[in-house]
Amino acid sequence: MRRAKLDIKSYPGFFAITLVCLLILYAPLLVVTVYSLNDSNSITNWEGVSLRWYVDVFSGPESQKFKAAAWNSFTIAIIAATVATTIATLAATAMIRSGAFKLRSLSFGLISLPLMVPEIVLAVATLIFFNSVGFTRGYGTILIAHIAFCIPFAYLPIAARMQGIDASYEQAAQDLYATKRQAFTRILLPMMMPGVISGFLLAFIVSLDDFIITNFVKGAGIETLPTAIFGSVKQGIKPNIMAISTLLLGVSILLVTISYVVSKSEKTK
Amino acid sequence: MSDSRKIAIDVRGAVKRYGDFTALNTVSLSIYDNEFFTLLGPSGCGKTTLLRMIAGFEEVTEGAIFLFGDEIADLPPNKRPVNTVFQNYALFPQMTVLDNVAFGLEMRGQSRPESRRAAGEMLELVQLSDFASRRPAQLSGGQQQRVALARALAPKPKVLLLDEPLSALDLKLRKAMQMELKHLQRETGITFIFVTHDQEEALTMSDRIAVMSAGALQQLGAARDIYERPHNMFVADFIGETNLLEVTVREVRDGRAICSLGGGHILSGKSDQEVRIGARVHISVRPERLFMSDAPTDAEGLRGRVRENIFAGTDITTLVDLDEGPNLVVRTSNSDRGNKRIFEPGSAVYVNMEQEAARLLMD
Ligand SMILES: Nc1ncnc2c1ncn2[C@@H]1O[C@H](COP(=O)(O)OP(=O)(O)O)[C@@H](O)[C@H]1O
Ligand SMILES: [Mg+2]
Repeated sequence: MRRAKLDIKSYPGFFAITLVCLLILYAPLLVVTVYSLNDSNSITNWEGVSLRWYVDVFSGPESQKFKAAAWNSFTIAIIAATVATTIATLAATAMIRSGAFKLRSLSFGLISLPLMVPEIVLAVATLIFFNSVGFTRGYGTILIAHIAFCIPFAYLPIAARMQGIDASYEQAAQDLYATKRQAFTRILLPMMMPGVISGFLLAFIVSLDDFIITNFVKGAGIETLPTAIFGSVKQGIKPNIMAISTLLLGVSILLVTISYVVSKSEKTK
Repeated sequence: MSDSRKIAIDVRGAVKRYGDFTALNTVSLSIYDNEFFTLLGPSGCGKTTLLRMIAGFEEVTEGAIFLFGDEIADLPPNKRPVNTVFQNYALFPQMTVLDNVAFGLEMRGQSRPESRRAAGEMLELVQLSDFASRRPAQLSGGQQQRVALARALAPKPKVLLLDEPLSALDLKLRKAMQMELKHLQRETGITFIFVTHDQEEALTMSDRIAVMSAGALQQLGAARDIYERPHNMFVADFIGETNLLEVTVREVRDGRAICSLGGGHILSGKSDQEVRIGARVHISVRPERLFMSDAPTDAEGLRGRVRENIFAGTDITTLVDLDEGPNLVVRTSNSDRGNKRIFEPGSAVYVNMEQEAARLLMD
């Protein structure tokens, strides 16, 4: 204990603060997870453990609605994340590998700006855009909107990764008779892969989770999981919502873990 | 060198500007086929820039570069039969050592098995066959260096460019690699253009050396030539150690300039260039070409007092404070001890120059 006082790296009291933070962050998630296992029609009275609400999600009265919403959510997330990651990879290559062109910091600012603009503003703007070009709202408009707002999320980890790769690798490839294209596909892209995977997973989660923009551009008769959950909650919170939320939480944790493992395994190489 | 030798790289009036900054100022030089050629100069003098222009990574602002007689300005790097050993090696981290070495052959259109077989032979040449299936990160610095070398040599380029390849290695390994490089150059017959800021390294390894400073070529010649007949102050000072004495030219007689040092003292030096009477110039003389005596041996002996003797294994360095003028460094090899005397600190001595040792430098 006396040695701890000499340890300049320890600040007394900070451990307690950390605990409080973790508690505030995770208590609601913990409550939802635990109560999703509640064998009761009420969301507050605990009546023992059961999986009945999970069964309800897949075969209960609302299951058709949730299945359709989940299908929309996952297909949109996969397509949007794939397209956004591809665009972000090409944009990062163009911007970081084309030398110090004049508009570079401006372009970088423009790409990451949407991350800081209030989402409601983006939602309204996107809606007005679709109306003015005369798009019928539905699956297509949701998909286009998701691709658009996923790009900056995919771009950041990809650009960060690329900035850490010295230009000499591609030059070495070209020096060894690779064309520019071969240097990109054979050397640069594999080296960027951890960033690309992180960017994809981030875009996927953001798309899966989006409510505000989706709600504005989706039109009537089509739901994604977040809008379906919201619609259901408006009629009163039922325990099946907690089961769905827990399932979504599980998917997110899984993706974050994959992303973490990917970046970790690259570093130890 | 005879003019009948084939010229591998011909740099003609090459200029490189970055905006207002001139990194390379009208450099012209010819590098012969089969030659171990070194670009030598302090950090920032433009060595890497010139190398990158030859490799094709930088455009030539003015002038032209010829490879075996053909202008190469329009050839992208992947079309030039020139390979580079990068300063940071730039080994591809996601590939095995063997795949790294095979990469250039494969890109040149050889089949995968064929390029891997040739890469294996190359690894044998640099004694790394046991490491073929490892990743570059699992190798030591010296081993990575040899992989980079094997990778660049595998496609059998006409010219190999090496940008300070040994600077990251420790002294012992560096000495060993110097020998190995020299050996590889002889064995493969490939023209090597080697970049270094280490004059000793340049002197040991090169057939010819181009000394550069501030983006300009200062002198081009064989190692011995540059050491014994430096053209200017920069070269004299940068290559090896030298004593510089500021003098005024009084008279020129039979290719020798008779100069006064001050205090009425007369020194003479040889110069290849035209000298003007009355010009302030420098006389340069290497420490090992000076010797000490207790009585003047000729009219040009300089009077002084021994300050210090420094023992350094093969030789002894003596610092002498001159009565008139700066301090001199005198080096006496241990094998010379029979002919040359060492004096105790505090002794009054005359410092004398060997015949033809003094050189006149204009700037
Ligand atoms: N891309 C660049 N833009 C501007 N200046 C550069 C660039 N590359 C090199 N320089 C400058 O050119 C000079 C020569 O650089 P370099 O050829 O790398 O020197 P060396 O290899 O001899 O140390 C340096 O002053 C360096 O700062
Ligand atoms: Mg350099």
